[in-house]
Amino acid sequence: MGKSPFSLAEKKVFVTGASSGIGRAIAVACSQMGAQVFISGRNETRLKETLSLMDKSEKHSILPCDITSQSEIKNVVNQLPSLDGIVHCAGKGQRVLCKQMTEQDVDDLMNVNFKAPVLLQAEVLKQKKMSKGGSIVFVASVASVSPSAGNAIYSASKGAIISYANCLGLELAPRQIRVNAISPAMVWTDLIYSGGISKEQLEEDEKKYPLKRYGKPEDIANLAVYLLSDASSWMTMNNVPITGGGK
Amino acid sequence: MDLEKFLADFADIFDETDASEIKADTQFHYLDEWSSMSGMAVIAIVKSIYGKEITGEDIKKCDTVNDLFELVKNK
Repeated sequence: MGKSPFSLAEKKVFVTGASSGIGRAIAVACSQMGAQVFISGRNETRLKETLSLMDKSEKHSILPCDITSQSEIKNVVNQLPSLDGIVHCAGKGQRVLCKQMTEQDVDDLMNVNFKAPVLLQAEVLKQKKMSKGGSIVFVASVASVSPSAGNAIYSASKGAIISYANCLGLELAPRQIRVNAISPAMVWTDLIYSGGISKEQLEEDEKKYPLKRYGKPEDIANLAVYLLSDASSWMTMNNVPITGGGK
Repeated sequence: MDLEKFLADFADIFDETDASEIKADTQFHYLDEWSSMSGMAVIAIVKSIYGKEITGEDIKKCDTVNDLFELVKNK
């Protein structure tokens, strides 16, 4: 039997935001599917925890980095080999009403959720670290089309990255490099507690989902694995919702 | 922390409610204009003006504006 198209064996994958939540689950799932994984995040201790959860931890690398720093981005990309996959997962949440929005609120979120992945991707391409036929995945959110109070800049940042991903996909298509976004609904991670929302409120909301639960980071990781694998060879410039039926 | 200042800051989150309605013993959950968004607004002013973090759960446990004041003061 030949190699499964769903396998990531012999693929080199870079995952940002791998120190917790969805990024961590993606790093673990990629390792289980046979990839050599390079994980990045701000907190080295938590990156080591991620590494300890990964299959064959000795074959993977930790690259601590603040992705809002241009010099750190350059340094990290320097250390990367030619990649078959990138997952842009680093991101943060925010709950601020439009009326109370400050310049700092806008910058804090857009810098991490939009500007950082855009400039990181540019550096990867400048240093020619993306292999022909590779796959780039952006973890966005259904928030881009599903409004909720206090979530304006977060929603806008995810809408912006989806639009960016479409153009990137077009520019990289001649080299058969695919670019897709994943738009999860609510997933149980630290991010969803931003702005003082309580676990109790979230558990109440969770019951409204047709599948009666929020997502687990692993649910999203499995979709990321698919988009990184050759099984999705004809998928590019798509934004894939994964929502448990929630809107 | 000054109670009068806090009452004014709290009153400022509302658009339709007159500031004169906001007193220390006002049971704010019963204000016509109170909603979950008001809770979010309170969390934001407590953070931006007083540099402290409170949660929706903390607010739920408060009955009067004075309770909120004490909550923020003791954080």
